Amino acid sequence: MTASEAPAIGLTHVGSEDTGLGHRGPESKSIVVPYGFWLFVLSDMVLFSALFATYASLAHATDGGPTSNQLFDRNLVAIETMALLLSSFTCGLAMIVAKRGNMKWTLGWLLVTGLLGFVFLFIELYEFASMIGEGAGPQRSAFLSAFFTLVGCHGAHVTVGLLWIGTMMAQIWSKGFREHIMRRLLCLSVFWHALDIIWVAIFTIVYLIGTLP
Amino acid sequence: MFGKLTWDAIPFDEPIPLVTSLVVILAVVGTGIWVWRKGWWPALWHGYITSTDHKKIGIMYIVLALLMLVRGFADAIMMRAQQSLAIGASQGYLPPDHYNQIFSAHGTIMIFFVAMPFVIGFMNFAVPLQLGVRDVAFPTMNNVSFWLTASGALLVNLSLFIGEFARTGWLAFPPLSEKEFSPGVGVDYYLVALQISGVGTLLTGVNFVTTILKTRAPGMSYLRMPVFCWTSLASNLLIIAAFPVLTVTLALLMLDRYLGFHFFTNDGGGNSMLYMNLIWVWGHPEVYILVLPAFGIFSEVAATFSGKPLFGYRSMVFATLAICIISFCVWLHHFFTMGAGANVNAIFGIASMIIGIPTGVKIYNWLFTMYGGRVRFNVPMYYLIGFMLTFVLGGLTGVLLAIPAVDFLVHNSLFLVAHFHHVIIGGVVFAIMAGYTYWFPKAFGFTLDERLGKAIFWCWFIGFHLAFMPLYVLGFWGATRRMQHIPDASWAPWLNVAFFGAAIIGLGIALTVVQLLYSIKTRDQRRDVTGDPWDGRTLEWLTLSPPPHYNFAVLPDVHGEEAYWTRKQTAIKEDRLIDEPNYQPIEMPIDTPTGVICALFASICGFAVIWHIWWLAILGLIGAFAIFVWYAWQDEHEHIIPVDEVRENARERRRIRMEHLHSLSQST
Amino acid sequence: MTEHDPEKLNVAPGQPHSNILSETVAYVIGLALALVLTGVSFWVASTSALWGPGVAVGLVVLAIAQMGVHLVFFLHITSGPDNTNNVLALAFGVLIVFLVMIGTIWIMGHMNANMAPDPALMNLQMQH
Repeated sequence: MTASEAPAIGLTHVGSEDTGLGHRGPESKSIVVPYGFWLFVLSDMVLFSALFATYASLAHATDGGPTSNQLFDRNLVAIETMALLLSSFTCGLAMIVAKRGNMKWTLGWLLVTGLLGFVFLFIELYEFASMIGEGAGPQRSAFLSAFFTLVGCHGAHVTVGLLWIGTMMAQIWSKGFREHIMRRLLCLSVFWHALDIIWVAIFTIVYLIGTLP
Repeated sequence: MFGKLTWDAIPFDEPIPLVTSLVVILAVVGTGIWVWRKGWWPALWHGYITSTDHKKIGIMYIVLALLMLVRGFADAIMMRAQQSLAIGASQGYLPPDHYNQIFSAHGTIMIFFVAMPFVIGFMNFAVPLQLGVRDVAFPTMNNVSFWLTASGALLVNLSLFIGEFARTGWLAFPPLSEKEFSPGVGVDYYLVALQISGVGTLLTGVNFVTTILKTRAPGMSYLRMPVFCWTSLASNLLIIAAFPVLTVTLALLMLDRYLGFHFFTNDGGGNSMLYMNLIWVWGHPEVYILVLPAFGIFSEVAATFSGKPLFGYRSMVFATLAICIISFCVWLHHFFTMGAGANVNAIFGIASMIIGIPTGVKIYNWLFTMYGGRVRFNVPMYYLIGFMLTFVLGGLTGVLLAIPAVDFLVHNSLFLVAHFHHVIIGGVVFAIMAGYTYWFPKAFGFTLDERLGKAIFWCWFIGFHLAFMPLYVLGFWGATRRMQHIPDASWAPWLNVAFFGAAIIGLGIALTVVQLLYSIKTRDQRRDVTGDPWDGRTLEWLTLSPPPHYNFAVLPDVHGEEAYWTRKQTAIKEDRLIDEPNYQPIEMPIDTPTGVICALFASICGFAVIWHIWWLAILGLIGAFAIFVWYAWQDEHEHIIPVDEVRENARERRRIRMEHLHSLSQST
Repeated sequence: MTEHDPEKLNVAPGQPHSNILSETVAYVIGLALALVLTGVSFWVASTSALWGPGVAVGLVVLAIAQMGVHLVFFLHITSGPDNTNNVLALAFGVLIVFLVMIGTIWIMGHMNANMAPDPALMNLQMQH
């Protein structure tokens, strides 16, 4: 307990020169918070893996109802994929300008990100609505239950992401680029990129492999 | 307006739940009034309910667990009584309907609201202290986690008074748990309560992995962490990995029940075996989420009360991590009989047996820690020895069950019931009782009564063996589990012995209450003034008992594997403490009602979902979201403890320690 | 916070580098790679020029590659010493994801194979 190494502030003192191996005491909050969020995102990945496993187990349990080949439209999926991929890119651009404290461009890129996310969500809802309209709703068969749950869960995540982007924009606009705002922005970007990663798995497994001849 | 909720939901015609509920309600109200009359509400509100202090949250978890232990045990003794009475011509005193609810509630409560809160409570209390830091990584989230767990417990207990509980067993297997066969609210209570508390547990997992990996005292590298921290790390990694699967599984069943999906139904292409598969993907790691911290507690106890460092520290760490990974590769052994075929069964059977190897390593390490040490036979040491004797046997029956061919004979029998109680009582509960005795003085500043503690140990030890060894025999003879009526009168003697054993365990639980009250009454004679009542080796014993809110005035600088022991020995040898450091003001998180309000809304929302009161459910959700946004909008989440206060407290502590160490160095 | 700054050996996940140009370039490269991989995936799925049974495997490989691209270029997960903890957590997560998915598919596949009622038998039952 030497005097010189005594940290100023306990839990989250800023002065630590950390190696990540704990030799120099607790990490600063700018490391701890995103790391905790990263763990949460990984747990979300596990959540999706259980949904994927469910889907894979039930994909052929159509109970005499429509199959994936009859239902899915690859063109729509391509547009959705494009929208989400571009939004991931613009989210990254928002982070770049936010670090330099550029309010106008940050809000702008976040807005574009949100709009692209909205386009994605809109197409997804359109797809769901038309499927239900054709009598291919989630109550029809185990396969459709699994499909709506897996894709719908991703859609729910995108919705949460959109709410978060809105709240984040309001916070940045009213409070500026404070340290804790920047931390949250970083978490938001991790969340948004992670959603795109999950979508890659969805369009491959559900829409492409599911509609192979 | 009120969905399915009517006056019929209250069991006016069933005396047992009705009287119990009334007693519980009276007790809760009475306690509330008593606390109010004493003028303790503000202290309770600021000191505990809204506290972000990991120690206080840990204590709240353990209080919750103790209360739920009483509830869970009441279920257990009722079941044992029924099985002793309902033999041959007699039908006993519990109708099948009620009996089925009791065994479902017993399992659910004991795992989710007794064992989990106990284990998480100990992690909360001890891990930051052992790491030499001031709190967990996310103190507010910690409070939220606790209250979400409490919210789940509240809903499960509410089912006693309003409506009914599930009759499906503690894992609610479909198709029995589907709408078609369980149209009541029982399964909904089960699902909603577990979803809410599951979110709390997941947040705990995130919190503690972050705490252990990212916030440790200077010099505390990975291989200097106490074994309890390692096992907590492994356990919380398993929480992060397993609880999302539970969330998904229960959510899918909810979709089936509420929206008519076809995941596990008999029609529509559903597959109920998928539910078994998914729930055990969570369920098996869950076992290790409970037992790994138990191993950690025993490691601390073994080293402390043998007066020497833990034998094979590194092998202990590797064994822990090995168990952490392998425990995710064995889940099929819970349903060998479902028909996955010989190859699949063989692979999972072998994996299940392999997991016995790292566990065996641990047993040898504890034995060799005791070997050649100066063993002090305090209460925690009793539990350690009792644990090793009991757990090895329980583990062996587990290896037996891991052989698919044997499993086909004894699955779903009382043999299985005996096995998992063997490892959970012999492993987890013994560790809980050891940890309770071990850390109690650190939490409250006085020790628990030793004589009563030993009596409690013997009650658990003897009671357990009397209660469960007969079940092995009955299981071999073909007695299946969950029987409301026993057709074969020749089983009666064994069941009576089992009942007698359960009664002895009940005596142990009653004595625990007596011990607590007696120790509080005589606390002045049993004060722990030194902060180090057991001659400990880890950092929690460096600070005072009870520790100040900020734990350490200055974060300890860690040298060597046993941070506190090294420092203590140096101080005794040199007969002086290290130089007084330069004290600084300390920043600590402020109290917040976020957790308790959030959980209140979650409970309301959950209750509304159970009874299909949709407007109330939406209101509850909005409320929870609003409190969350309100919290996020706050700017001040910390307050500063002035340097004078820190210095004054620290000097007082140094004076006490100096006296203590001086007396130690005189005696050696 | 450059990659090789010895003072700061630890970064949060998702934390980009400090030079505006190199940062933007990283995102552009990531976007380009992701676009190419997505395009190839859609082409592979719709062409008949390839050997049928290999297509599904190829798609899975492409998807994993694209996830890697996202992780590296968007989430800035690298193999550097500053990222050890983030990568370890990721590795644990990936391991669990694979165990859950492959384990479930394997188990359920065998169960379905063993338990699926023989169509002939079903017919027999229907007649009675």
